[in-house]
Amino acid sequence: MLLEKDPWNLVITGVGGQGNVLASQILGQILVDKGYLVTIGETYGASQRGGSVMSHLRVSTRDQFSPIIPEGQADLVIGLEPIEVLRVMTQYGNPGTMALINLRPVHPIEVIAGESRYPEVEEVLLKIKRLSSRIWILNATEIALDMGDPIFSNMVMLGALSALSLLPVDQEGFCSAAQKLMGSHRMQDNLLAFQKGKMAIKEYKNG
Amino acid sequence: MSLIKTDAPGRRLLLMGNEAMARGALEAGVEVCAAYPGNPSSEIIGCLSQVAEEMGIYVEWSVNEKVALEVAAAASLAGLRGLAAMKQNGLNVASDFLLNLNLTGTKGGLVVVVCDDPSALSSSNEEDSRAFARLADLPLLEPSGFQEAKEMTKWAFELSEELGLPCLIRSVTRVSHARGNVELGELPTQRRRAHFDTSKPILPVPVVWAHRLLHQKLAKCRDRFHGSGFNQYRGPQRPELLILTSGAGFMYSLEAVSNLGLGDRVGIAKLGTTWPLPETFLKEQLARSQKVLFVEEVDPFMESNVKGFAAQNQTQLGPKIFLGKSSGTIPDIGELTPDHLIKVLRELFDVRYQPRPQAYIQEAMEAASHLAPPRTLGFCAGCPHRATYWAVKKALALDGREGFVLGDIGCYSLGMGPAGFFQMKTLHAMGSGAGLANGFGQLGRFGLDQPVLAVCGDSTFYHAAIPALVNAKYNGSSFLMLILDNRATAMTGFQPHPGTGRTAMGETVDPIDIEGLCRALGVQVKSVDPFDLDSTVEVLTDFLRQEKGVRVLVLKQECALVRGKRQGRLFKIRVDQDRCLGLQCGCNRLCTRVFRCPGLVWDSTSGKATVDDAICTGCGVCATICPASAILKEAV
Ligand code: SF4
Ligand code: SF4
Repeated sequence: MLLEKDPWNLVITGVGGQGNVLASQILGQILVDKGYLVTIGETYGASQRGGSVMSHLRVSTRDQFSPIIPEGQADLVIGLEPIEVLRVMTQYGNPGTMALINLRPVHPIEVIAGESRYPEVEEVLLKIKRLSSRIWILNATEIALDMGDPIFSNMVMLGALSALSLLPVDQEGFCSAAQKLMGSHRMQDNLLAFQKGKMAIKEYKNG
Repeated sequence: MSLIKTDAPGRRLLLMGNEAMARGALEAGVEVCAAYPGNPSSEIIGCLSQVAEEMGIYVEWSVNEKVALEVAAAASLAGLRGLAAMKQNGLNVASDFLLNLNLTGTKGGLVVVVCDDPSALSSSNEEDSRAFARLADLPLLEPSGFQEAKEMTKWAFELSEELGLPCLIRSVTRVSHARGNVELGELPTQRRRAHFDTSKPILPVPVVWAHRLLHQKLAKCRDRFHGSGFNQYRGPQRPELLILTSGAGFMYSLEAVSNLGLGDRVGIAKLGTTWPLPETFLKEQLARSQKVLFVEEVDPFMESNVKGFAAQNQTQLGPKIFLGKSSGTIPDIGELTPDHLIKVLRELFDVRYQPRPQAYIQEAMEAASHLAPPRTLGFCAGCPHRATYWAVKKALALDGREGFVLGDIGCYSLGMGPAGFFQMKTLHAMGSGAGLANGFGQLGRFGLDQPVLAVCGDSTFYHAAIPALVNAKYNGSSFLMLILDNRATAMTGFQPHPGTGRTAMGETVDPIDIEGLCRALGVQVKSVDPFDLDSTVEVLTDFLRQEKGVRVLVLKQECALVRGKRQGRLFKIRVDQDRCLGLQCGCNRLCTRVFRCPGLVWDSTSGKATVDDAICTGCGVCATICPASAILKEAV
């Protein structure tokens, strides 16, 4: 399959501990299995949780690109956390960038400590909407919690991505890549999370 | 799951640079692999350890990098192939041995992979380890992509064997910790037999003779680099500008040139073999253009070497304009990005490039500064280090003599900031807290009357603190050593160490007891559970009061992430909303504002604290700190 743009650039962002790296790895493996050239760059900090994290995915049919996306060249931002999407837009967004967002906030320690304020999610969405061409939303954490473990949120997000048909991500590809990377451990649950994500995605309408 | 053992030549996998190098070593038939964990290098040995049994190889996490190199070198001296991996700081530790091993030479292929961390994304410095290749007269290879990382590692073993020299590979974070397509090759089916030739000893003497031999080997290496496929040129025959690059700089250069549409004006020559210089290849490249731009990360290693080479050959090459770090064209600190290169080339060629409207940037920036509060790193919920630093802070305040903590490298380095209540005051190398304390602990004779404390983790204790402790005991230094024993090398991904009772290959062994070791040194030692804040503070105060000699306090409590996986929470925690006085009480939100466990949440509507059950790991420590006894713990 040819890409609308080559390389096609995707950023997956979130907070340490949300499974950002695993999501990008599974997505990357799905695309490699389909014959694409993929490069993934990850922001690595200390292993402690709670900091902003981000993975860059470059997908191409012609070359292996660098693991860092140049300024303003993200085609899609997948946010496991709303304000992290905004942060990514400052460096990689452009008016044509699309965004897929998990609505559940993760409060920074400064917010917990009462030193800063977490904005209303609606306010953040409106801003992202202004800064992008299309946005989709879902509450992946809620869905995962309903399944009994917030750990599945990242798989819910991959399911949602598959519903957008921007990249060739289907259930079959997901299963084989997830199997390769995680083994058969909790495969049923992961697949269920993927399917639930596919169903839950909604286009966000301004206001 | 480890993909690197996949026995399917020709299959394309998405591999991390570190995994690609590990796979390259497997394809080369490596037999012995050793390392001390350190990001960005940890996964090389991490993934090899997972396949060790199946592949019939030996893999270990050594106590430090020097020992790791010695283990791999032993394999080489017995005719096998050995691999040692480390981060840039680790090569400093191993260098003492390396700078003798170069003289004695090696037998079976010996490859040392050093993963540098430009911009110090997970390090305490951004040193450029390539200097060691020159210092030790050793061949140096630099991969600039994932497939190449695999091929180069494989070739490095052959080169090492042919030359009888260890071969260095320098990777960087954006190669090691990035992922890309890698096509698999064949795995070997046979293992070598180890044999040590006892007919003559392996010594670097006579030194001058050995030094000359080393130089001869290096000259041979230069010849071998001629025609190496790892050195490539892309671009027009006679470009207006020649980029000379290596490592991740190659990817960034390609990206910048294509973004700006400069493909027919700029040529890119990439060196994969950076020391000794591949002279024939370089001559051909330098002849292409009068103007040369060096693109490499951290130090001007290639830049100064190539300039020296050009000066030596100036009658043939003619005058050149050299741009790079010395000219200020390329930054001489930090990692590079495609954007750095885009900016440099845009200015050199005066081309227009507007990735997005200026107004967009401004709006996004304003939105983020207004709506996206920063996230600083902290200790995990239920992390024993938070409790430890809390107890230290309290004990030092009670003591009242301005005591201070000298620290080193580990999760607990966050003790410098709010997460550790600003208690840790110095940060250098592994074990340097204990080493510095040796010195501070002798300054009483010069009037120092503040209590001296040092912290180190359990893994660091085995790595570098034991010699410091021996020194302190023998020379009569006075300080209090805190060993934060969380049963893990947590910062790099929970690799086992001699205190954990298991090995890299998953065997169960006898752990080496920290207290027993200290006792054997004749050092006074006690253990406490940092979750038991009251007794920890008590023992600390008591130990601080004894002013003479070195005392060791082991703070034993498992890393929250390890415990979480093993047994779940210790207590069920809730805040009694009637007792919590929040802003009204004198506590001034001690729990959330100061103690800052992310499991505690400040509810601004009720003006009281609550517990977030999704985050709290139930360690129970917060119950002790609340002055109103509003935080209740129930056993689960
Ligand atoms: S019990 Fe208290 S200190 Fe421990 S993790 Fe939960 S909220 Fe944090
Ligand atoms: S829980 Fe205790 S320490 Fe926290 S705000 Fe309430 S009274 Fe203060």
